Formats: sequence, structure tokens, C-alpha cells
Amino acid sequence: MPEFLKHPGESSNDSLSPEGKAAAHSRRTFLFKLSLLLNGVVGTVLAVPLVGYLLGPATKKSSTVGAWVGLGPAGSFPVGATTLVDFTSPVTSLSDGETGKVACWVRRISAQQFQVFAINCAHLGCPVRWFSESKLFMCPCHGGAYYEDGSRASGPPERGLFEYKYRIDGDSLMIHAGDMPTLATQASCTEKSKPLVQIEPAGTHAPITRSNPWQA
Amino acid sequence: MASLKERGTDAAVGLFNWVESRLGLIKPIVAGATHPTPSNNASWWYVFGSAATVLLMLQVVTGVLLALVYSPSANEAWSSLNFLNHNVALGWYLRAIHGWGSDFMIAIVLIHMVQVFLFGAFKFPRELTWIIGVLLLLLTLGMAFTGQVMRFDQDAYWGLGIGASIASRVPLIGAPLVHLILGGPTIGGATLSRFFTLHVFVIPGILLGSAGIHIWLTLFHGVSDWPMPGRLVNKATYVKEYHELAETTGIPFVPDAAWKDAVFAAAIILAVMATAFFFGPFGPGGPPDPTIIQTAPKPDFAFLWIYAVLAFLPPSIETPIMLVVPVLGIVAMLLLPLLNGEGERHWARRPIAVLMVSVIAVSLGVFTRLGTYTPWSPIMNAWTSDPVPPKYLHGRSALEREGAIVLQNKQCRNCHSLDGAGGQRGPALDDIASRLTEDQIIRQVLQGGGNMPAYGNALNPSETKALTQFLETLRGHDLAPAVDASRGLTRTSNLTVPSAPEAK
Repeated sequence: MPEFLKHPGESSNDSLSPEGKAAAHSRRTFLFKLSLLLNGVVGTVLAVPLVGYLLGPATKKSSTVGAWVGLGPAGSFPVGATTLVDFTSPVTSLSDGETGKVACWVRRISAQQFQVFAINCAHLGCPVRWFSESKLFMCPCHGGAYYEDGSRASGPPERGLFEYKYRIDGDSLMIHAGDMPTLATQASCTEKSKPLVQIEPAGTHAPITRSNPWQA
Repeated sequence: MASLKERGTDAAVGLFNWVESRLGLIKPIVAGATHPTPSNNASWWYVFGSAATVLLMLQVVTGVLLALVYSPSANEAWSSLNFLNHNVALGWYLRAIHGWGSDFMIAIVLIHMVQVFLFGAFKFPRELTWIIGVLLLLLTLGMAFTGQVMRFDQDAYWGLGIGASIASRVPLIGAPLVHLILGGPTIGGATLSRFFTLHVFVIPGILLGSAGIHIWLTLFHGVSDWPMPGRLVNKATYVKEYHELAETTGIPFVPDAAWKDAVFAAAIILAVMATAFFFGPFGPGGPPDPTIIQTAPKPDFAFLWIYAVLAFLPPSIETPIMLVVPVLGIVAMLLLPLLNGEGERHWARRPIAVLMVSVIAVSLGVFTRLGTYTPWSPIMNAWTSDPVPPKYLHGRSALEREGAIVLQNKQCRNCHSLDGAGGQRGPALDDIASRLTEDQIIRQVLQGGGNMPAYGNALNPSETKALTQFLETLRGHDLAPAVDASRGLTRTSNLTVPSAPEAK
């Protein structure tokens, strides 16, 4: 025991023989160790709800998040145009305020064929803007660019724009939205066809899969 | 009269004794403050640590005051900041001091770190002081990032998006990690709440505790003596040498050395107050509404260099670099005093240390500068505001002028500049025809390449023809047009059969 904690006359075992001290010491040590063990057990049991509470948001499965939301009558999207559409996130709660709103780019290819892109750049999530004349989506943050079909054109993104799953319900265009789209939580949550990372091999600049008018 | 004075003194001493006999802290603190320190370290170079501590106190006080009004709720935070700016007396000034104080604190912490590094003060026996100092730097940067989120505007919103996107690149646990950071599937109320908790409870708690230990270690080991070339740190003898130095040349830290700390701290606080007064608070910028996409998000000053680096990393190695390099950097800083705890302290005998500081400082400076004007970003409104300069239209044919219209309409100047106006993503077009032949221009425009997207789908043949004809007229100050070196060989009618025997 450190010197400064010892108060003369206070310790009851000052008068004991060395053997007695040892005996008392060993029992107290044992009890102290037992109390440590007890606190270890209680602490572990306490940690279960604490850690569980903390990790709550992380344990939800991505595929179960989200729902179908309507973007309005399909007829309101002109064929051949790409338009910005706002909707309210199906996973928003009261306290989210304006952050519960979401924007997406709707491209109507033909009467029945749509593409709905997340505005979040596949690089680091900044909002991409559509330039109808150059037919490109451009990102203001790090200069990522995408073609009108959402495929990667240039810049730091590894892949094309995130796409929402869509369906035509009666006259209404519906998309499946939930997670904020990132590389790990893609917009169309269950679509497995798109690999997570599509890095073009170095040297092949022109996208091979696109049907370009100048290619014979 | 004398008896009255004596009685007064007696009462004061009595009160002091009463408090100290029950508190037991005043005498140890006085002893610590007046401990002898080697006179050679009573220098203006040794004032940065105490200045950082004083700035931390300023941040705590102004932060508490701001929390009286700030509402950490996603649908009220932005309005409450505007309320602070415009409706609360001196609210704007408190916000300004807190914001500028944060920038000053990062700067002073970095200067403090560089000084300790160059003076070799991290060496034995002060290794743990350095390691906790590295932790304090990271916590300070953590306060800066979470503080930027508190200013719940557009930049804060998209900054969170960038953070989540980086986290999403972590293998295997990317998605749960994103959800853990955001507190849910999207950026919203839960996100702001947890960043508020970090900014107000968690990080400040750890920061204050660590700063306390950091200061205790400084007292425990003494302020490092002034480094001298050739005086090596040796674990066997250093402590003895230091104590001899402190005994022979020692002066009481308070007041003989501390007055410089006090003067510098006062100057720094005054500087924060002045910048806050003249430049005002930071934002808030536009409301955190993700449907307003007419925005170019940017992080605060301290993180601009990261923002710039992220624009230059090649896509194929970006994720590994993003995730691995910061870890390596932090581990290297933590291990520094353990691997290099002895030997020379003076900067003149440590060229690699000086070189490292220089390279890192210049790199941070260059990337921060680039981050202020983002040359890699397309200028999103260039095509609407800047028509092709008239001087590029003089003496042009109708087709070439049509090409100039195509150039403006197709928004080429989002990325290319003409006469100094336009984006810097691609090369300036003022002398493009002196660098590329017509065929090369057509190929580059239609198929893209390098950083340029392909425009084959966005241009019809007549537009392409007009655009190319116009670009062909852009040759800077009448430079020679680029020529295809092999073109001459295709003019077979002009070729003469070389007379081989004569050449020999």
C-alpha cells in the first residue's frame, strides 16, 4: 500500500502478527479479485444493450430499407428528355426537415422505357447536373462526367451513375428508393447485375459497349 | 493602523490555510507552475503549446454560449444559425469567434507540432507526450469536421455525403459503416444528432482529458531544453543532464518564462477577435436541401487539400489510397518517437526531418491553393455567360462562325477556356489548331479520350464539320497549323522516285 494512503492507527491489522497479516491479506485480495470479476461480468452484460443501441443503425439490412415512391404521371416526362424530379424520401422522419427531400434525374428513352438516376455522383456523392446540349451529366466537385445513359464518361468516378429501379404503375412512374446511394448502398438495392466497381482497363478510353454512330 | 493591516493579512492567510488544508491543490499547483526550467527554453519558439490550450478554452467558452441558442435538429439547425446571425445580439460575433478560433487552433496546433518535430523535442523521455499530441491533432481535426457539420448548410450536407461515400468504399462493412455514420439510411435528423453528440460531448471530453495529460507530461518531464548541434539524447544520461541543466541555469517557469506564453496567447486571442470582427462568421450557406443541386460543395479550409487530392487520384487506385494512406500516416506519426527516440535533436543535423517538413508543407499549401479554385471542375455556367470572344470571329467564314455557335451551345467552355474564360478541366482552345490536326480534332471530339467525354452522340455531322472548321482557325498568335507528318507521303502525284545511286 502506498505510503500516503496509510493513516497511522486506522488500520486494524497493525497489531497482527505477520502470519495474521498474510492471512487477512490473502482473503481481502481474494475478495477484491472476486469483486473485479463481478464488475467484469456486470460490465459485459451492460455492454450488450449499450453496444446494441449504438450499432442499431448499422445492423439494418440494406435490402430491407426503402419503398416504392411515385414520381408523377409517366406522361409528364417528354420522350427523349432528361428532367430533374423531386420526391420525399420514403425513409424520412419528422426531424429530417428539408434533408428528407430527394432529387433524381428521369430520362425517358421511349414511351415505356425509362432510366432514373440518382443525383449522387458515383465518386463521392456530390449532386451531378444534366447538360442537355452536350448530353452529359457533370459533377461540380471533382469533375466526374457521365453520358446520357448514365455510363461513365470521364473523371474520377469508377462507374456509371446509380440507377433506381422503376416500374410503371397504371400511369404513374414509380421508383424504389431508400438508402442514400453510395458504392456500398446502391440506389437500386437488390440489383445484382451491376458490379460494385467497374474500372476500365488503362488505355481503353472509348467505352466499348456503347453503340456510337461513328462506329461501323 | 498597522494592527488593522496585520489583521487583514492574518485573515487572508487564515482563509488561504483553511481552503488549502481542505483542498490540498493550491500548493502543488504553485510548486508546479514555479518549477525551475532551463533558461535556454524561455524562448518565443516555446509559446505555441500554451497558445493552443488558450484557444481550446476560447472554443469551449464560445461553444457553450452558442449552444444556448443553436438547435441541433435537422429542420431547425440552419434557421437557428441565421437567427444567431441576425436576431441574437452579438450572435454573429460569437459564431465568428468560434469559427475563426477553430481555424487558428488548427494552425497553432500544426505550428506547435512542426516546432516540436524540428527541435527534436519528441525524443526520450517525451515520447508519450508526442503520441498524445498526435491524438490531440486528430481530435482537433475531428472537432473541425464535426463543427462544419454543425453549420448545417449545403456544404455540410454534401460534406457528409462525401464522408459517407468514402466510408462506403471500406470492403465488406461499407454499408453498415455508412448507416452507422449517418444514423440511418440517409442524411437527416439522426445524422446531425450524432455529429452534435460527437462535437459537443464525445470529442471535447477526450480532447480536454488528453490535453490535461499532455500538460501533465510537460510538467513531469520538464519543458525540453534548447537543442544544440552535437548534444545527443542518450537514454542513460539524458534525465540526469536535464536536471543538472535545470539546477544550474534554472529559472522559475512562472513568471520568468511564462510571460512570453501569456503575451503570445493574448496576441492570438486578439487576432481571433480581430479576424472575427472584420471577416464575420462562416455562413451558413444555402439551406441543406438536397434538391437544390445548383451548388458546388466545398469543405472548410483545413480540409481543402484532401478535397484537391481526391480529384487527382486515378480511379483504379483511389479506394486503396483513400483507406490505407491515412492509416499509414497516423501510424508513422505515432511510431516516430519510438523508432527515433535518441540521438541528434538539432534541425541542422537532421536534414531528412527538415526535408520532410518542407515537402509536406509545400504539398499541403499547393493542394489547398488548388482546392480554392478547383481547376479540375467544369465551370457549370460558363456556356450561358460567355459568348465566343469577337476577336475569334473576325474574318471567319460563315461555316466557321456557325462552328463558334456550336462551341457555345454544346457547352464546350464548361471545361475549355477561350481567351481566359471557361473551365480548366481541359486545355485552353486558343491555339488548339497549332497542336492538333483536323483529323485529330475530329477524333478527339467524337470519341473523347484522356479526360474528355465522347461527343459522337451529341453532335450531328454538320455540327461536327462546323465546329472543326472553327477550331481549325484557333492558332493563337498566328502559329503554324499542326500538320500530320505522314501527310506528304500520301500525295503520291507529287512524289518523285528517289534516285538511289546518286544518294550513295
